[in-house]
This record gives sequence, structure tokens and C-alpha cells, in this order.
Amino acid sequence: MFEAILLTVITASTPLVIAALGELVTERAGVLNLGVEGMMIMGAVCAFAATQMTGSPYIGILAGILGGGAFSLLFGFLTLTLVANQVATGLALTILGLGLSGQLGEAFVGQPGIKLQPIVFPLLSDIPFFGRVLFRQDLTFYLSMALVVGINWFLFKSRAGLKMRAIGDNHASAHALGINVIRTRYLAVMFGGACAGLAGAQLSLVYTPQWVENMSAGRGWIALALVVFASWRPWRVLAGGYLFGAVTIGQLHAQAFGIGIPSQFLSALPYAATIVVLIIISHNRRTTLINTPASLGKPFVPDR
Amino acid sequence: MHIELEKRARVSTLFSIFSPLLALALTLVFGVVMFWLLGKSPLGALYSFFIEPLLEVWSLHELAVKAAPLILIAVGLAICYRSNNWNIGAEGQFTIGAITGSILPVMNPEWHSPMILPLMLLMGMAGGALYAAIPALLKTRFNTNEILTSLMLVYIAQLYLDWLTRGPWRDPQGYNFPQTKSFQMEAVLPEVLSSGRAHWGFIFALVAAVALWFMMRFMLKGFQVSVLGQSERAGRFAGFSARRMVWFSMLLSGALAGLAGISEVSGSIGHLQPSISPGYGFTAIIVAFLGRLNPLGIVASGLVLALTYLGGEAAQLSIGISDKVSRVFQGLLLFFVLSCDTLIHYKIRLVLAGAKAAEVRS
Repeated sequence: MFEAILLTVITASTPLVIAALGELVTERAGVLNLGVEGMMIMGAVCAFAATQMTGSPYIGILAGILGGGAFSLLFGFLTLTLVANQVATGLALTILGLGLSGQLGEAFVGQPGIKLQPIVFPLLSDIPFFGRVLFRQDLTFYLSMALVVGINWFLFKSRAGLKMRAIGDNHASAHALGINVIRTRYLAVMFGGACAGLAGAQLSLVYTPQWVENMSAGRGWIALALVVFASWRPWRVLAGGYLFGAVTIGQLHAQAFGIGIPSQFLSALPYAATIVVLIIISHNRRTTLINTPASLGKPFVPDR
Repeated sequence: MHIELEKRARVSTLFSIFSPLLALALTLVFGVVMFWLLGKSPLGALYSFFIEPLLEVWSLHELAVKAAPLILIAVGLAICYRSNNWNIGAEGQFTIGAITGSILPVMNPEWHSPMILPLMLLMGMAGGALYAAIPALLKTRFNTNEILTSLMLVYIAQLYLDWLTRGPWRDPQGYNFPQTKSFQMEAVLPEVLSSGRAHWGFIFALVAAVALWFMMRFMLKGFQVSVLGQSERAGRFAGFSARRMVWFSMLLSGALAGLAGISEVSGSIGHLQPSISPGYGFTAIIVAFLGRLNPLGIVASGLVLALTYLGGEAAQLSIGISDKVSRVFQGLLLFFVLSCDTLIHYKIRLVLAGAKAAEVRS
């Protein structure tokens, strides 16, 4: 029973973790992309469409990543090249993504999807409990774990990561040092888009293998909140993601048991939890100030 | 080849007027391409999308019905965004305004007094304002990001409405449909003209737009909004309080969204049901930007966006394109508006790689 619940928690948490990790990198480079929800839903529809057409969910995963990454380029072009307002452009990306995915996915509504199958590690998966939980998962779970480790190493142990953090903290100084601010930011935005696309692919290929309009249901926004909650640290994103996954699954089980609370109130729990968590994290002004990338959301025009 | 921006010495007046029109034109060009890709005749599609709804009296009324909530919400949001407060939860404030405004007719269906309608409108405004007060309180008290909190509250408000209309407020004689009893006559917002459905909500929207335009243009409060929005520090030197501005702008936009909610329910739907808005609260964000955050500009842009809703419905009937096309149009439009706005502050130059090298050599 516990094992079964844990497995569903993992499935619910993985998309949140992946999308939040991508946004974390984007924000570390000083760009606030509020379009996570839009990139996620575009990833979901691209992944589902590619899987239906080729029959291979792995091609679907790739299509989700490419779809999210390509879609984020729109945001990159507007905010980095044309220095449009990042908040407004992010909202535009979400609105356009929700509309465009509905249009693209119309042909796929109601079609049974193809589920991404778990990759079973021989021997390791035979370990009682841990083997089942950790070594019989699908590709997206392994990718999410690799991303946590990889991004942590990149940001805090590599030279390129140091440069990226420098850009996020003070783009004018980084520019003066000869770091290419715009190029790095483009890469960071595309990485964020690719991650959001992968998270969306997980939704339409693993979590609920079908296409439903607006199926991301606010997860992109929760991922954004997770980045703040994690104070821009990868390991805390992982912890926060699993906390939210647990709340989501917990309320589903509570609904199934019929504990007398209306289902709508339970469905509202993850959103309410997001608000509570944000309050707890933000009320200490000093820690937020220390952790927030100082150039976050500020426009940058290189002087020549 | 790449693009370089050069800051203009002063804001270009030409482009401040021209850029929304340019954005509209670009959206139409994209529309032509999109319809062509969908295998429809582009001109025919554009005709039934943007011209046909304007030819009949009843559909002009529908245009006003759809524009009313968009304009009401967007003028409030414009003040918020001008002051650098990012309320994106208008959809939630709209929903809560509709609920609190409906308390009287749902609880007292037998109360036939002319007092009921003004009270409903006031309660709707109060409800919307109170719901917007949550992110305002969290921002001023705990420094919480209002973008995320106001958006999360949208989902909560929609679930609450869903529960009310399926649960305690459901009409027992309603054949199990999830909706409340139809409002009594006195609780229905009347039509403006006898020729069609357009109700007083549209008048409220026009009044709000003119009042807020006046405030922004001629009153100290409007000046505070612009100064604090452009530089909080400069505002502090002038003795303006950023904290109070958070409260003012959030409560104002919440109240207007609430008024839009109760006007829509009372004037256009006539009862509460689980879904009362085709995303007015989010589309209003586009309306606000297309109107360049100017209340009078928003009246025009609200009508344009209302036309995309109507055109979507019309095109679905006449040429069989999905009404989701209108969502795509709306999203594209916002993108073009934002990119064209760059022209107001910057000159844009295409630089060829070869030219750059030559420049360096010389």
C-alpha cells in the first residue's frame, strides 16, 4: 500500500521537479520566464502527437523537449533581443501556448495514448522496496534525478555555471568582463523551455497517457512557485517537488476514501499549499534578498 | 546577421499610436497564413471572423456584452500594471464577485425590491476587492510574489464556485443541472436599448474607463501610480507610499473585476453555474496591453478582443474552424503588441555580419 502510494507520488512529482529545475536555470541567468505553463502544455501536445504518429513514446519525449525549447525561443526573442517586458511576455507565452495546444491537439482528443514503459534495471530492481521504487521507473524519472545532480554541479562547480550566475546577479558587470550575456541567456531560456517541454511530455505520456485540453492544470505555475520555495537551489527543488506531489496524491486518496470533505476543497489543496509555502519562504525578507538573482527580470541592452 | 537596438532620445509619439495598429496588422497577416495552412480560404475566413459579426444589430449587442467585462477588468489591471503591481488573478476576482453578488437573489428569491440590484452590484465589487486584498495583504505584509498568489487564487475561486453550484446553492427543482435558481426579475441587470441583449455592464465599463482616464491624466493619484510604477525610489522621495499603492491598485482592480463578474451573471447569464467566463480575466490582460495601459485605449482594444470571441463563434458555424482559433489569435496579438512596443523606445537595426567586421576595421 505504502509502496503503491509512493509510486504515484513519484509520478505526480516528476513533472513539477523537471519544469522547476529548468526555470531555476533560466532565473539563475537573470531571466524571469512566466510562460512555464504554456511551454509545458506545448511539450505535452507535441509529445502526444509525435507518439501517436510514430508509435514510439521515446520519439514523443524528444518531440516534447524540442517543442518546449522551440516555443521558448519566442520568449527569448522578445525579451532578450527586443527587450520586451518579461512579465508580460511570459504571460503572453502562457496564453498563446494554451490556445495553440488546444488547436493542435484537437485531432487527438479522446484517442487512447501510448504509455511510456518503465526501464527495469536488472538485479538492482530486485532489491526489496527500493528496487521497485527507484529502479523500475520510466525514463523521465531517471532524467529528473540526473537533472538535479547535473544542474547542481553545473551551477556551483563548473566555470560556465559561475559565469551564468554572474550574469544573473549583475549583467552589466558580466558584460564588462566580456561574458556574452545575451547568448548565455538565450541558452538558459531554451534549457528552461526544453525542461518544461519534457515535463509536459511526462504528463501526456506517463501521468495520464492521453491528450486533454489544459491538462497541465496550473502545474507550470506551481513549478514557478517551487523555484521561489527552493530559493534557487536544485536539491530544494527536488524536496519541494515531492512535497507538492505528496499533497496532490494525498488529496486524491482522501477523495477516494470519501472522508466527507467536498472533493472541490481537496482539489484546491495544492494551490492553497502553494500560497502557504510562498508566505513561509518570503516573509523573511533578508534570506529572499540574498538568494534571489539580483538582475532577475531586469532588461539588458548591451552598450556598444 | 543580428538585430541591434538603439535607444531613442525621446519616446516616439508616432509609434506609441502606431504600434498597436501595426500589431493588429501583423496578427491579420499571420491569420491569413494560418487559415491557408488549415486549408480554408483566408479572405473568406477573415471576413466571417472580423467583418460578419459587425453587420447585424443583434451581434453588435453581443459585441457589447462580451466587451463589457473585458473593458471593466482591463482598466483596473492597467492601473495595477502601471504601478508595477502584477495582479494576474482577475479571473478569480471576477468569479468571487459573481458569487458574493449573487448571495441576495440566491438566498432571497422572493425579495422583489428595486433595492436588490444596487446591493448586488455593491456586494459583487466588495467581494472582488476582498479577494484581491489577499495577494495585497500577502505582498505588503510578507513580501510574497503577487503574481503567483493571485493566480493560485483563481483555481481556488473556480473550485469554490463549482462546489456552490453543485452543492448547497443548486436549484432543487433544476432537474439536477448544476446551477442556481434563475434570478428574480428585479435582480437582472436591464438592457440598455430595447433592440438587443447589451446590458448596463457596458455602460459601467465606459464610465469606469473615462473615470480612470481622468484620474491618470488630471489627479495626484494618477501621478502617484505612474511615478511609483516607473521608480519606487523616486516615488519615496516624493513622499508616496509604495505599500499604499499596492493596496489601492489591487483593491481597485479587484472591485472592477468583481463588478464585471456580477454584471455578467446578472445581466447576461441570469443564474450562477460552474462556468461563467470564457477566460475574461486572462483575455483582459491582452486588452490592457493592446490598449497600451491607457483607459481610453482599452475601450477600443476591448471591442477588438470581444470581436475575436464573436468571430470565433461565427467562424465555427460558417466555415467550420474550431473556436480555439480565437485563443491563438488572442495570444499572437499580445505577442505582436509587446514586440511592436519596442519601437516606441528603441530604433531597430539589422546588422549584417560582414558590415560589422568592416566597421571594426575602419
